[in-house]
Amino acid sequence: MKARFLRALFIYFVVVIAPVAAHHGTASFDTSRDLTLKGTVTDWIWANPHCFLKFDAMDETGTVRNWAVEVSNPTDMTKRGWARSSFKVGDVVTVNLQPVKNGAPIGRLRNVVLPDGSSLSATGPAPAAAPPAQ
Amino acid sequence: MSFVPMKTWCACLLVFAVSAVAGAQDWNRAGLPDSAINAPKTNAAPAPKREISGIWDAGGVGIAGPGHESAPWTEWAKQKAASYKPGNGPRAVYEADINDPLSTVCDPAGFPRLVMYETRPFQVVQTANQVLILYMFEKRWRVIWIDGRPLPKDPDPRWYGYSVGRWEDDYTFVVNTVGTDERTWLDNSGNPHSSDLKVEERYHRVNHDLMELTVTLDDPKAYTRSWTPRNKMPLTLAPANFDMMEMICSPTEVMDFRKTISDRTNNK
Repeated sequence: MKARFLRALFIYFVVVIAPVAAHHGTASFDTSRDLTLKGTVTDWIWANPHCFLKFDAMDETGTVRNWAVEVSNPTDMTKRGWARSSFKVGDVVTVNLQPVKNGAPIGRLRNVVLPDGSSLSATGPAPAAAPPAQ
Repeated sequence: MSFVPMKTWCACLLVFAVSAVAGAQDWNRAGLPDSAINAPKTNAAPAPKREISGIWDAGGVGIAGPGHESAPWTEWAKQKAASYKPGNGPRAVYEADINDPLSTVCDPAGFPRLVMYETRPFQVVQTANQVLILYMFEKRWRVIWIDGRPLPKDPDPRWYGYSVGRWEDDYTFVVNTVGTDERTWLDNSGNPHSSDLKVEERYHRVNHDLMELTVTLDDPKAYTRSWTPRNKMPLTLAPANFDMMEMICSPTEVMDFRKTISDRTNNK
């Protein structure tokens, strides 16, 4: 049982975590914080070394800011069911993210709920039934 | 049902699953599904002799994002890497401060970084006098001469070095490389190397579907002993219709990412 657990842990770190951290580690991010923001997509960049989503959202201080949140590269995101067409400007989305430590509206996207209610995860393997592209 | 062994049924199901995925999308594939990478391959057909052509994928293990635990550095290596500010490993810095030449300005990954990090799917092509390796990452290729020529004695450095190969036996292809460019890092944690580096790659084909890659580095100028960052890394043979995605570092895209994200993550 212990061997099975260790194997599962190894696969998690090597197969799941490693691709997320392929280009840099977590030093810039506040790993103790978890923000969920509802906002409107202003851009979706499908590029190396990281894709990123930009959206306008009101934060806990009542300020509307333009957030930029990164995910992994197109290759890794394709494996998770994401696509160049996953978002379009004007989409209303709910983004769960890990912000940077310095307070800028920058972060690492963990999960996003799309306008049709389906969701995309940035941290795990592709879901069994990926939602259709928007 | 009883006359068909369970292992055979499992193998058939695996082939069906891989075929179904391959058939579902014939273009722009990021890699094999984890089910194909992780599936046992002990029942695969025997390996053909002196034949490693095809598209191979190591899955997540090939990416090795966090870098490697290297052999101890020499004083030369400590000085060489003092200015390296990596994004991973024990010396990781804030994203805005990373100066990895690959991820910040799209310098070539170079060799051997290409087999140490981001070893995504690659295609091997065998000709009469060369073995070519075409990598999805960077969309680059290497030439490995198999015409019997010796390695150059005092080569000008090249990003991807000079490589010669030979068949050690019918299932093991050995590649030796010298003449690498010491501007390249070995991995994401900023392990350095010198231009004296000698690299040995061993591609051992276990059976039709499985190959193992072992990479050994010998660089006495930078490391106190030789070390083996890849030890029998398993590679799975992809279907013949596997169409690799492009995965290119574009300076335009990197500058956009830095301006929008990296440069705003500093802690100053």
